[in-house]
Amino acid sequence: MAEIEIHNLCKSFGEVKALQNLSLTVEKGGFYGLIGPDGAGKTTLMRIMTSLLLADSGSITMGGLDPLKDYKKLRLKLGYMPGKFSLYQDLTVEENLQFFARVFGSSIDENYHLIKGVYSQIEPFKNRRAGKLSGGMKQKLALSCALIHKPEILILDEPTTGVDAVSRREFWEMLKEIRSFGITIVVSTPYMEEAILCDNISLMFDGKIVESGTPDEITSRFSLPVYSVKTSDIPETLHVLRQLQGLKSVNSFGQQIHVVPLSSKTQKSDIIDYLSINKMNDVSVTQIEAGIEDCFIDFILKTEEIK
Amino acid sequence: MKEGNIIEVENLVKKFGSFVANDNLCFEVKKSEIFGFLGANGAGKTTAIKILCGLSFPTSGKVTVAGFDVYKQRDGIRKNIGYMSQGFSLYEDLTVKENIQFYAGIYGLSRSLIKSRFEELVLKLGIEDLKDKFVRDLPLGWKQKIAFSVAIFHKPQIVFLDEPTSGVDPITRRQFWDLIYEAVESGITVFVTTHYLDEAEYCNRVSIMVDGRIEAMGTPDELKEKYNSKNMDDVFVKLARKEKE
Amino acid sequence: MNRFLGFLRKEFIHIFRDVRTMMILFLIPIFQILIFGYVIKNEVKDAKIGVIDMSHDNVTEEIVARLDAANDFEVVKEYRNYEEAEAGFRANEIKAVIVFNTEFANNLGKYRTADVQILLDASDPNLANLINSYTTVILNNYAAELNNAGGKPIISTEPRMWFNENLQSAYMFVPGTMALILMLITALMSSISIVREKETGTMEILLVSPMKPIQIILGKLSPYAALSVVNVFSILLIGNFVFGVPVHGSWVLLLLVSFLFILLALSLGLLISTVVKTQQAAMFISIFALMLPTMLLSGFIFPIENMPLILQYVSYIVPAKYFLIIIKGIMLKGVGIDYFLKEVLILLGMTIGLIVLSVLKFKNRLE
Repeated sequence: MAEIEIHNLCKSFGEVKALQNLSLTVEKGGFYGLIGPDGAGKTTLMRIMTSLLLADSGSITMGGLDPLKDYKKLRLKLGYMPGKFSLYQDLTVEENLQFFARVFGSSIDENYHLIKGVYSQIEPFKNRRAGKLSGGMKQKLALSCALIHKPEILILDEPTTGVDAVSRREFWEMLKEIRSFGITIVVSTPYMEEAILCDNISLMFDGKIVESGTPDEITSRFSLPVYSVKTSDIPETLHVLRQLQGLKSVNSFGQQIHVVPLSSKTQKSDIIDYLSINKMNDVSVTQIEAGIEDCFIDFILKTEEIK
Repeated sequence: MKEGNIIEVENLVKKFGSFVANDNLCFEVKKSEIFGFLGANGAGKTTAIKILCGLSFPTSGKVTVAGFDVYKQRDGIRKNIGYMSQGFSLYEDLTVKENIQFYAGIYGLSRSLIKSRFEELVLKLGIEDLKDKFVRDLPLGWKQKIAFSVAIFHKPQIVFLDEPTSGVDPITRRQFWDLIYEAVESGITVFVTTHYLDEAEYCNRVSIMVDGRIEAMGTPDELKEKYNSKNMDDVFVKLARKEKE
Repeated sequence: MNRFLGFLRKEFIHIFRDVRTMMILFLIPIFQILIFGYVIKNEVKDAKIGVIDMSHDNVTEEIVARLDAANDFEVVKEYRNYEEAEAGFRANEIKAVIVFNTEFANNLGKYRTADVQILLDASDPNLANLINSYTTVILNNYAAELNNAGGKPIISTEPRMWFNENLQSAYMFVPGTMALILMLITALMSSISIVREKETGTMEILLVSPMKPIQIILGKLSPYAALSVVNVFSILLIGNFVFGVPVHGSWVLLLLVSFLFILLALSLGLLISTVVKTQQAAMFISIFALMLPTMLLSGFIFPIENMPLILQYVSYIVPAKYFLIIIKGIMLKGVGIDYFLKEVLILLGMTIGLIVLSVLKFKNRLE
């Protein structure tokens, strides 16, 4: 049996359908990403995983345990980092860590080797109050506190949100190191580019999982070609391309524009020609592999169409 | 203030006790450009933005916004800017229409002007069925787009956006930037901070703050060349890591 | 100006759309006026009084009948001597005792002057004064009616303030303040402390940890219990040394009862924390549902006997009422537990009930 098995999970809050028929599995030692924007249902799903909320229907086992009945045993196995790094602002770094260690019947020394990679970076600040730490440091502290009791499953709710790009990268590197201890990790994030750092992912939108698999599987399933248009004038190029018939989507991606035609009837040359006609010559068009964000956008468009 | 500039910052210093939040910042923002103001949390961005919006005083240095001096003419600044923060800045228990009426009223727009602009907005955004809903009942993406529209409703010279697309889905994010492009086309200067470094590419010029100082400034292309990077994410990482060593 | 009006309009919308604000603005003032109107009475109504009648003649019987007939008083008991009367005071049976000496009727008839002693329970100085005045008026009226050929007789009254000779209001305020502070601070602080964890999100982590809910609860409440005991000491010491309020009875008993009351306040704080989500709401409920009744309906300042029946019924569920009876008894009258066993049991019952209720309501999940 997989470490985490979820089948047809549903959860509503009054009229709002937070989760609709969700299913996913995570193998032991796996590194699973829940990718989606705010409102997708990631936090609700994680709260059900950690037994803080009960689903309306469907089944879920975590490490072979049922969050409904066996929550006491389950909570011993879990490490949880809720959104916004809930830490005690008026306690110091060290005091926070000691508290969480003791609550789990452990001590900082016992599992120091687990958190060393992370904690050593904030150890110089161990007497600073948590409220006065920068976002990146809070992140590291919250992670240390979640790990200090050697959990089997680590659940991290948007640990990289609102944190700068460097700290984000460092955080994912830290997570990779933690994997080597055999801990199963489930992370949620709204940042598409972080999806490829996971073994397996689920793309979530509006309470549903729109796609699951390894990042490669998902992108290879994208059936249409994707053309990248490099240009120095994004707004103008966007404007022009949107007038071209036969295109499914035209979206900016940093300094490129990704163009997805409705079918392979529209070729690269058609795009180049059209741009030429509109006096946009300082452009280069290449075919590229679809990325996770391309797939996500496509799914959202499909969902909106169905509506 | 030099022709073509809408913000001029000369030797801006802001101290809190002995802590230097802004250390000798010098930069200008040109009219009708999209200026990306980047930096890690705690680098001093929010402090600087507050000063530019006339919400706090610098410790020293010269700062002019839309032609108004930040020490003596804060009222002038406030009348000519728009602001949208991460926390939406819309009242959840008011409807979309009421929010707009309120904010527009504060900026001194006449009833008739509010009415006509509102109708234009409803048409443009396609919010006929949303306009009388309470803001708290709107989907997230719409809140952001409407908050932006409210911020520029009075057609300010410059609008400050503080991480406006945080947590929003990829499509809404791009729709939001479409709105930004439109605003710029109509003559509004956009001053934006973001953690999405692909959005940094959409800016005309970008500055990166590290530890209270501006470590880099220029167009995205200039910076990528200077730091030998293929995208802004790399540039950022290189700069921030350099600082750590 | 337009700007200002726009802002004004928005503020009104906020107010009308927020139930809580509307309540504060409209309902609460109405309640206040009604309650204050009924509660602040500088009148006496149905006060229980007793009589020591050593004369037992027509005159005294007539006077006693009048006293009983008056709306203000209810003559509930006759005592044979001062000792019995004192016991009656300690047991809170009566608030005043009218004493007629053996020669009363004779003196009135023969010398046209007699005196009456009025023993008053001055642990509530206001009430004592009122009863004194009313009794005097009734006695004087009676005397005036007796005006006949021999000239106007005089009945002179001699009030004796028992338990608080100097009618110090501190005797009333110190115990009352203790009840108020223990209730408010303890309940308020404990509820806020728990709700704060909910607000910052750290409660989620605690719940997911191996900490049992009972451990979380005890951990949250114990510090406030300990600190409140310190408060009890400081109030009593200041009361004693600065205001001269005595503790005639057992200190140990006083502390034990105070501790019981603290536990009660803590369980109330816990209960509040299980029903609200924000610290603000916790504060709101603590102040309006706890502080106001404790101040107004516990007998702290305004005697319960004077209130309309419905408020008297409400006062039965105000814990401070029982607490005040007990500590005033211990401090001012020096009585032992046998005199207020009933009140102690009531407080104990309330505490246990509240604890059970709040522990059951304390959810170990988020919903």
